[in-house]
Amino acid sequence: MSVVTQTSPAAAQDAAPEREWRPPSYWPFVIPALVVVLAVIIFPWLFTIWMSLNEWKVGSPTTFVGLANYLRLPNDPRFVEAVGHTLSYTVLSVVLPLILGTLSAVVFHQKFAARGFLRGVFIMPMMATPVAIALVWTMMFHPQLGVLNYLLSLVGIPPQLWVFNPNTVIPSLVLVETWQWTPLVMLIVLGGLAAIPTEPYESAQIDGATFWQMFRFITLPLIMPFLFIAGMIRMIDAVKSFDIIFAITQGGPGSASETINVYLYSVAFVYYDLGYGSAIAVVFFLLIVALAALMLYARKRMLWTEIASGA
Amino acid sequence: MKDNRISRRAVLAGTAAAGALSLTGMPARAEVNWKKYAGTKLEVILAKGPRGDNLQKNIKEFTELTGIQVESEQIPEQQQRQKCVIELASGKPSFDVVHLSYHVQKRQFEKGGWLADMTPMMKDPALTAPDLVESDFSAAGLQYCKNDKGQMLSLPWSVDYFILYYNKELFQKKGVAVPKTFDEMVAAAEKLTDPKDGTFGFVGRGLRNANMTLWTNFFLNYGGEFLDDKGNILTDGPEAVAATKLYQTLLTKVAPPGVAGFNWMESMASFTQGRSAMWIDGVGWAPPLEDPAASRVVGKVGYTVVPAGPKGQYSATYGDGLGIAAASKNKEAAYLLCQWAVSKKQGARLLQAGGGVPFRNSILNDPEVQAGVKMPKEWLQSVIDSAKISKLGLPVIIPVAEFRDLVGAGITSTLSGGDPATELKKAHEQFRPILERSEKA
Repeated sequence: MSVVTQTSPAAAQDAAPEREWRPPSYWPFVIPALVVVLAVIIFPWLFTIWMSLNEWKVGSPTTFVGLANYLRLPNDPRFVEAVGHTLSYTVLSVVLPLILGTLSAVVFHQKFAARGFLRGVFIMPMMATPVAIALVWTMMFHPQLGVLNYLLSLVGIPPQLWVFNPNTVIPSLVLVETWQWTPLVMLIVLGGLAAIPTEPYESAQIDGATFWQMFRFITLPLIMPFLFIAGMIRMIDAVKSFDIIFAITQGGPGSASETINVYLYSVAFVYYDLGYGSAIAVVFFLLIVALAALMLYARKRMLWTEIASGA
Repeated sequence: MKDNRISRRAVLAGTAAAGALSLTGMPARAEVNWKKYAGTKLEVILAKGPRGDNLQKNIKEFTELTGIQVESEQIPEQQQRQKCVIELASGKPSFDVVHLSYHVQKRQFEKGGWLADMTPMMKDPALTAPDLVESDFSAAGLQYCKNDKGQMLSLPWSVDYFILYYNKELFQKKGVAVPKTFDEMVAAAEKLTDPKDGTFGFVGRGLRNANMTLWTNFFLNYGGEFLDDKGNILTDGPEAVAATKLYQTLLTKVAPPGVAGFNWMESMASFTQGRSAMWIDGVGWAPPLEDPAASRVVGKVGYTVVPAGPKGQYSATYGDGLGIAAASKNKEAAYLLCQWAVSKKQGARLLQAGGGVPFRNSILNDPEVQAGVKMPKEWLQSVIDSAKISKLGLPVIIPVAEFRDLVGAGITSTLSGGDPATELKKAHEQFRPILERSEKA
């Protein structure tokens, strides 16, 4: 899209060759934005890449080492594990809010008493500060004093270790993430539902479709673009999630919930290994870009199939 | 922050006074000229805690004594460490005096050359009170504050010994004696554990990184040494495996569930709720344990030294000090502040409130100071006894944080079924290259 908007004025100029060339008058207006972008986006990025090519430890002289920092990555078990943790955490905390968010959107799309008020209540988790949430959940997860194990005991389930066991720590963290971000998905999908015309449902009802069939063949395809947007936002958020994990487990127990972001923080600001930390940051950035590109590609394909099926 | 005019005048006055003294044939030992740097403004960065509180609370006395204005801020420990390192590395720190954790930062600060050498100032009678002499600091303190060349780069402020806290009431109820050895401790903990009741025999740090301070005390008592002569790390040897087995037994069999995520705070919560009968941690927690507003075990807590292992009995020792930024323009004034902070008066206040233990023997062993201690007598006794068996609790290397994270993670893994020897081996395979890289650079 951006390519098109850039070339179209140029094409317009070509179309009028007899006009005298004048320096484009828009440059003075572009410069402030350009300076800001260069200073806060481009320069830090180039500098990060430069740091990642150096052995750069706080308190020691720096030396250029080429790609050595990148070559350390595949041999660093903590990094490899962190990639795995990041991916499983991301998949779970994209899929669960999407499912629950869609379901709750369908529910909140119905007309019932005090709907507006209940919608407001439902989106409250989204408004709270992650660190505050993390502290509250830490207390709820407490195996001896926490309310979650008490609730389980009411239905006869033995106490769980939640975030204190390497096997359950990631699902437990995803539970918090899901609790907080399902409302966001709900809001986006609710917007989508409001935009769906009522005619398809009327004709489906005449044809005798069940509620499930209407959901599966009308609602779901029509809100798919919204789900993709929600999924994309969730994905980017989940990949770089830091505050909840750090505040609840600090990557523990052991390193069982250490995601790339948490590990990156340790390397750069606890071990002060800025060179290696920068290398991780660059790889991490590429990973996010790759995931986003994958989502965009999938979306494009989906739109095509939609057009094909529509034709 | 230049106060050239004032200090020049003060210098002249000082030299004149010194000259007059020498003329009168007085002994060379002059009085400390506390007012010499009056009007100077100092910035101090402190880690949050009782030491910082004690300094801030009484700072007016220092200003009255010296005329030096002090701006200080307390920042939570982890963030304070980061902030100091980043600012010091930048070469233009915003502070003159820095509160450092020796067990984490000693080698790092030395390597960076970030601290000013205090040795000449300590020898200057116009700057140093006669009672502040090197030999007054405990051996651990001197190990911490001096670099390889024997220069004093900081003044040792407060030492932290690991001790055993125990719940007398629970011990009495089960008829258990206070353990003197690790074997007795395990046996006692087993007797004291009653999951149905929600009480457990032992609690301690299980959280990665934090757990290393407890684990190393076990390691030391099994006869472990951190480094060999060539600086190779030894924490995966047989002593380490034995220590890890003990750690695993205690924290999985007789400790509250979820202990793998416990730092000192969660451990303390369990202990103050009367749910854990024994707790090994730093000496500094007596005030909250004896505070009726925060604790259910007030007056029921026993304090004693860490039980002996098969190869010895040590108290893992940690500590913090006050240093002067090498880039500071007010080094002498900063030195006066450091000296005041570790002075007898300030040290006595710290000890008496239970907020820390001065490194200076003249304070700790002074009967008058001891008489003023507000904590139980047993606590003071455990401090005095621990001082006699003190041994540094972490290897003195640059990558302490990596060591604690990697080995700590391995040790935490044993709590969910990992094999001690395998986990230690795995952790050290990761740690050795890091150690080599940072020490050779």
